Amino acid sequence: MSGRVLAGAAAGLVIAAGLIAAPFALKPYGIYILTLWAVTTIAAIGLNLTLGYAGQVSLAQGAFVGIGAYVAALLTTKGWPLGAAYPIAGISCFGVGWLLGYPALRVQHHYLAFVTLAFATLAYLVMRNEEWLTGGIYGISNVPRPSVFGYALVKPRDFYYFCLANLALVSLAAWWLIRSPWGRAFVALRENPMRALSLGVDTRRYTLIAFALGAGLGGISGVLYAPLVQYIDPTPFSLILSLNLLLMVVVGGSGYFFGPFLGAVIAVLLPEWVRFAESYYLLGYAFLVMVLLAFSPSGLIGLAQRWLARAPRPKVAA
Amino acid sequence: MSDFLQLLISGLATGGIYALIAIGFTLLWQTSQTINFAQGEFVMLPAFFMLAAMNLGLPFWGAVGIGIILSALILGVLFKRLIVEPMIRHGVLPLAIATMALAVFLKEAVKEFYSAEAQPFPALGAATNVTILGATVAVQSLIVLAVAVAAVVALQLFLNGTRAGRQMQATAQNPTVARILGIPVERMILIAFVINAVLAALASALVTPIYLAKFTNGETLGIAAFIAAIVGGFNQVRGAIVGGLLLGVADNFAAAYLSAPYRAALPLLILIVVILFRPQGLLGRAEERTV
Repeated sequence: MSGRVLAGAAAGLVIAAGLIAAPFALKPYGIYILTLWAVTTIAAIGLNLTLGYAGQVSLAQGAFVGIGAYVAALLTTKGWPLGAAYPIAGISCFGVGWLLGYPALRVQHHYLAFVTLAFATLAYLVMRNEEWLTGGIYGISNVPRPSVFGYALVKPRDFYYFCLANLALVSLAAWWLIRSPWGRAFVALRENPMRALSLGVDTRRYTLIAFALGAGLGGISGVLYAPLVQYIDPTPFSLILSLNLLLMVVVGGSGYFFGPFLGAVIAVLLPEWVRFAESYYLLGYAFLVMVLLAFSPSGLIGLAQRWLARAPRPKVAA
Repeated sequence: MSDFLQLLISGLATGGIYALIAIGFTLLWQTSQTINFAQGEFVMLPAFFMLAAMNLGLPFWGAVGIGIILSALILGVLFKRLIVEPMIRHGVLPLAIATMALAVFLKEAVKEFYSAEAQPFPALGAATNVTILGATVAVQSLIVLAVAVAAVVALQLFLNGTRAGRQMQATAQNPTVARILGIPVERMILIAFVINAVLAALASALVTPIYLAKFTNGETLGIAAFIAAIVGGFNQVRGAIVGGLLLGVADNFAAAYLSAPYRAALPLLILIVVILFRPQGLLGRAEERTV
């Protein structure tokens, strides 16, 4: 067992080193896509907490990314530092997520998908129609890149490292959370809510916390998205983003720590590598998702795990 | 008053279409716990079957017939065999997510292999108006309403008046007991899937002349059907009918009396209020909760 942990840690280090070295081998567009991967992964990690660990379906994660992005864009274009957007976006998404969790207490999982779907559509309508606040379909342009300790992160590579550092911090926090009593309570909630309740887990509170934490991370992802693209309008935050994030988490492996990372690789990076497939990409992707779900509802990581368990283990000398 | 009547009739026509879509949705849920997130695409697709048949030179009604048959085979039988059967054992959620992927798949397939542009679709009747009690009503609205009512009545006659229909109701109420009583549950579920596909194809023929045939048509229709089913009551066919009509009328009045940008918000607000205060729907029975 400890051998496998070591192998996992070694693989993690290699991947981290690769992520740090990657921008030196990439053109600015490649760096942009990699940055987008890091930003998307943060939102997917949040959704994985809600869906993968606590077992609550949310089709509203894209809306939270949108709320975070608009908060960041509105504040930084008015001269506020990006640092101020973090707490404001994080706390407002946490609060809205908490409120959205209330229906989760009353209804079963499939209704929940519809409530969150309705919320995501409402949020999109507000972004598109409240022109005085969001600029409507014209959006908000010239969102500035942030600066850290007086050093402006204007160059793609600098901003990439900034987002990568954010991802590392979020990953560490999520890693800690999953191993904390909270994370264990989330899993208990997913596996058997009645048993969790009878063991003294306050299922009401933990359902709300799971929703709010996932939403908060969605907001953080949005805070990074706005300065990345530097121009935001409502289109990227429609229901399609929520759906994509959900598919990402499920394809990667919901309930596995590395699931969202892998899912975001497939949803964000893979389309760039298979450019030759062009518009057939989405067709093939949707088809593969269906095939994957039929064989392994726990996603690619679940599939890999099953395959590893079936393969003969090498004998370890005593 | 005549404005009111006009809005009411066109609202009922829209609602009749929503109801047709929502009925199939509730049937799938009742008989096999399938939540079909591709329901809107199931309405979008048959119109393209019909258009393709017309391109091959078939007359309008022949094309509609072909569309309904293809829909029953592909969206009914194949959908159940290839997607629902392998996945339902994993539980409700993976299947629901698979149908989300199916929705993307169907949309992209139409976009790539037919057209990304909106296609004109022939109407079921003349584009004229008649005057009823001082209100100007489109003949098309009346035809839509008549077809929807006929379909619902036929479905009710089947469900209540035939042996297979009563067996299907038993399957919906309690599959285990139905199986013990010797009802071929699997066949009943298959019939439910075929009925859903046929109703969706009918709705497709009714709604496409209004919206034109476009690959994105399913998005709004699917959401409208979900909302209608939940508002009316997920576990009742008559709930879906009431929910659909209510939603269609609310939609039309919202378009007339509310600000246009927020017209789309009204059904969503109705949905959230109903889920918060009456989660079993207006006509639904409360389901046993797992918690």
